[in-house]
Amino acid sequence: MRLEPIEAPGVARRVLPPALAIVATFVVAAVLAMIAGGDPLRVFGEIVKGAVGSKFALLETLNRATPLIFTGLAVAVAFRAKLWNIGAEAQLYAGAVVTVVLGTGALTLPAPVLLPLIGVAAALAGALVLLVPAILKTRFGVDEVVTTLLFNFIFLLFVSYLLEGPLKDPMGMGWPKSPRLIDEARLPRIVEGLRLHWGFALALIAAVAVWVIQTRTTLGFEMRAVGQNAEAARFAGMPVMSVILKTALLSGGLAALAGFSEVSGLKGSLTLDLSPGYGYTGIVVAMLALLHPLGVVVAALFVAAIFVGADSMSRAVGVPTYLADIMLATALLLMVLAILLTKFRVRRD
Amino acid sequence: MEGAGPAQPVLRLTDITKHFGPVVANDGVSFDLHRGEVIALLGENGAGKTTLMNILFGQYTADAGYVELFGERLPPGRPRAALDAGVGMVHQHFTLAGNLTVWENIVLGVDGLTAPSLRPAKAKARIRDLSERFHLKVDPEVRVGSLTVGERQRVEILKALYRDAKILILDEPTAVLTPQETDALFATLRQAVAQGLSVVFISHKLHEVLAIASRVVVLRHGRLVAERETKGATREELAALMVGAEVTAPSFEPTVPGPVLLSLKNVTTTGEGRATGLRDVSLDLRAGQITGLAGVSGNGQGALSDLIAGLDSPASGEMWLAGALPRHWSPRTAIAEGIARIPEDRHHTGTIADFNLVENAVLETYRTTYSTGGWMNWTDARRFAGDLIDKYDVRCPSRNIRIRLLSGGNMQKLILGRVLEGEPRIILANQPVRGLDIGAVNYVHGQLAEARARGAAVLLISEDLDEIQRLSDVIHVISEGRLSPAFARGTMKPEELGAWMAGHGFKETTHAA
Amino acid sequence: MEFLDILLSASFWAAAIRIASPLIFATLGELICERAGVLNLGIEGIMVAGAFAGWIAVWAGLPLWGGVAVAFATGMALGFVHSVLSVPFGLSQHVVGVGLTLLATALTFYTYRVVLPEVSSPPKIQAFTAVEIPVLSKIPLIGPALFNQTPLTYAAFIMVAVVAFVLYRTPLGLAVRAVGENPGAVAAQGLSVTGIRMGAVIVGSGFMAVGGSFLTLSAFDSFFFDMVNGRGWICIALVVFGAWKPGKALLGAILFAAFDAFQIRLQQTSVGAFLPYQVFLMMPYILSILALVAMSRRAEVPAALMVPFNKGER
Repeated sequence: MRLEPIEAPGVARRVLPPALAIVATFVVAAVLAMIAGGDPLRVFGEIVKGAVGSKFALLETLNRATPLIFTGLAVAVAFRAKLWNIGAEAQLYAGAVVTVVLGTGALTLPAPVLLPLIGVAAALAGALVLLVPAILKTRFGVDEVVTTLLFNFIFLLFVSYLLEGPLKDPMGMGWPKSPRLIDEARLPRIVEGLRLHWGFALALIAAVAVWVIQTRTTLGFEMRAVGQNAEAARFAGMPVMSVILKTALLSGGLAALAGFSEVSGLKGSLTLDLSPGYGYTGIVVAMLALLHPLGVVVAALFVAAIFVGADSMSRAVGVPTYLADIMLATALLLMVLAILLTKFRVRRD
Repeated sequence: MEGAGPAQPVLRLTDITKHFGPVVANDGVSFDLHRGEVIALLGENGAGKTTLMNILFGQYTADAGYVELFGERLPPGRPRAALDAGVGMVHQHFTLAGNLTVWENIVLGVDGLTAPSLRPAKAKARIRDLSERFHLKVDPEVRVGSLTVGERQRVEILKALYRDAKILILDEPTAVLTPQETDALFATLRQAVAQGLSVVFISHKLHEVLAIASRVVVLRHGRLVAERETKGATREELAALMVGAEVTAPSFEPTVPGPVLLSLKNVTTTGEGRATGLRDVSLDLRAGQITGLAGVSGNGQGALSDLIAGLDSPASGEMWLAGALPRHWSPRTAIAEGIARIPEDRHHTGTIADFNLVENAVLETYRTTYSTGGWMNWTDARRFAGDLIDKYDVRCPSRNIRIRLLSGGNMQKLILGRVLEGEPRIILANQPVRGLDIGAVNYVHGQLAEARARGAAVLLISEDLDEIQRLSDVIHVISEGRLSPAFARGTMKPEELGAWMAGHGFKETTHAA
Repeated sequence: MEFLDILLSASFWAAAIRIASPLIFATLGELICERAGVLNLGIEGIMVAGAFAGWIAVWAGLPLWGGVAVAFATGMALGFVHSVLSVPFGLSQHVVGVGLTLLATALTFYTYRVVLPEVSSPPKIQAFTAVEIPVLSKIPLIGPALFNQTPLTYAAFIMVAVVAFVLYRTPLGLAVRAVGENPGAVAAQGLSVTGIRMGAVIVGSGFMAVGGSFLTLSAFDSFFFDMVNGRGWICIALVVFGAWKPGKALLGAILFAAFDAFQIRLQQTSVGAFLPYQVFLMMPYILSILALVAMSRRAEVPAALMVPFNKGER
């Protein structure tokens, strides 16, 4: 078997493989649902209903998409420069910790001053968390995949320590949980009465900003060049190491904003189950979006809809919610294959 | 029938045809090879030589035609079939694993994958015996990663002989050898042929073809255009057959050399990531002059190129640019100093394959010329790319396609345009024509000639001694990181340069360390 | 001196060997994959799946070794998925590996919920028990540590020797070592690069799953969702630490496990009283990162690691 590049792929070539990947994902899910004793059509129906079937469902999906847009952007930015940041989870918690530290009364400022301040500080914290693996990569050549993964475990233990020690809520009846944020540190709702906070708008702004950076600035040009071919970038006079470090700062900062937005906009306090794996799901989001920042928004909405829908489906039909995780992992693997098949043709010689 | 009669060919190709999409790589190619014969397969890059050999070795399946070995039809698409029938091949890019020892590389795959043991003692004894019989000196116990290029080639030949190859195919075997090593290779081949081996010698170096082969088969654009005895054939005749038409190479009128633009004084480098660094090298590049650097690959050409390109700095010694010592030497300062750099590997160093022509055109100047305050100016960049495409005759459907889709020649023209547009004072051309067809070769050489005429200092690095001798006003030879004195045009015979390439003539420098 | 007491107790070394056992299997598996040129980041998910598959098979009535076999087969099946995507199609090994970990983990949890819908705590099985080897187990310190373990631990040590023998003494192992360094050398001998690499990934993944099953069949007697807890990622660090050599990887796994056993005991000493327990739990991960940094300059990485091979490429 041999892969042969296609010079000018036609419309069918570009559309058919991704479409088939989506179809195959649903076929896999249908079979698994049947094994669990669920009627596939009913299962999918309940997922759709649970995700977009009511105003409440829709808002829930938008809320769930918010952290995923941030972590998806973080992964997309990093992967574009071939910086394999699998540590968005740790960076998210770094942002959340800073939000709690600054937002529970340590600073008393009016909201229009306090919120941006906390946001920037949170982003900085996440940036610093990723900077360590990035420096290990550029200075010592240590593969960042393993270090960022291991950092997730380290940082979660650190958060666990904080929640049982310095950041523990004295009124929390012994639960490992932080005190609640003061009102000035809470992101307000976009429309009064609707359960959707400004974190979602911030996520959309971040997506557009990343897109502008990547396509319009010299830094974006450098990040793409380093990702495609670091050797050629270096030869052309680009400061490869510094580009990788800048990418790490941007990526870590974006992931940390997910933590800021969740704590400040949604939860109001920090617990150890703040993120049900948003950092890892961000990888799926970014890959489904083909690493395009605006695509990340669409992919995050899709992924969030499946998660939210699966929750309510599980309550109604009794098929485990893990069906959603299976669907997304399957979609991820089949989509990378499908993208390859839009550019290459398989030959048997 | 068992066995082959004396008149029967050991190898016969009949009407081999192979298409890759719309490209015809082989078009009805037929020829025979007899026992104890050396034939040369002659053709330009892209003439279809490699495809033909890949079909013989089952890597590709021919669209039409068939291969017979010793009278038996070869099953298509089975890589082991040709090997098992006794065909051995020495590839241009060696197929050796550097982490394994010589004997491990040689026995790789011989017993299939299911045998319980490698039987090292037996294997090593056999290798020692073969290496004595064919004068291929190499120690079976050392790791291949630590061998020189010439030694690796010997391992490759031993690999074929170990498998009892009756037919040996050598793909551009002399590209990596000094003239003396080439002679030794030819001696080994003559000895092997005397013992009944048959050889297919793939090359585009005409004098070698005439020296070793008894018959020559010429391929052009995938077709067999001529087949004749080498006895009585001339180089000019073969060249015309290979290229198809008379081509006029650019001429180099003598010029008066100008001032020294770049000067190395006793420079030593570590040669990070290279086979060797520079050892106490002094070199002057003068305006209006092409300085040729000859040598066997891996002897410090890469280190010198890295140094001038800004990728490396002297560990000791000085580099002077137009009478000044540059501070903080990097690719960016090299570009700013007006050094045009044509890299050795245009696919991986010179361009970014999945970037389009516009992005590749501004790769070196995006910061200084095509952006303001960190914002890219794509309108200007697109116009610049369009200008390059017109002026340097880059054949492409659009400037928005990925550069990966361009041929090597067109890719090189874009790189040339990119670096020559600013009328650079110094030009570093590292293997600028490797892998290009004759038309593109002449184009590149023409551009270098023009730059020389307008007063640029050119450093031409090449492993092709012919190219060096034809273009250069002065020639240096590099060997193990040391640089020979400058030889003026026409003062040295190839054999004399070859002696320097092999390391003879250098004064052993007193070691400070 | 408390530290010395810990280091000189047989139970400490016995615990170290026990902790090392799953790591040995999984590290061998990763080593086989990487020697063939494929980074297998599916390891974490494959270990989760192996832990579950072996356990559920025994729970359903299979003998313990049957459970190990089921785990091995599960690992091979997941390895097949990885190898198809990463070898002939040459997709990014980072993405495929992380994707496979997500998939294997999700499939495991889903199956758990489908098979055991109503349980609040997972059922227990009768796990492997220690088998004392006569005479040898009487050697002071080493005896009880090395020769009073479960059969699966003995199997881990035997597999190190088997893998080392195959890699260095057989034509198959030679081909695996060559294909991770220069696949072109293997293709030129008419051997299938795709076949060798896929085979290595499939077998290596089987080893990873057996490593996971050690947790449910030998170390504990039940299955918990977060029981693998990053061990897969640690094994990737151990392969680097072991310079891609089975013997050194074994040494690394034991050293690492000894450190882990040490920190558990240290928690119960006066040191543990004033340091939060999370600091001790972090140690294995921090140690892995330090090992990576320390070895980064010296290690001999297989030259073709993460480089796909496409014979059509010219």
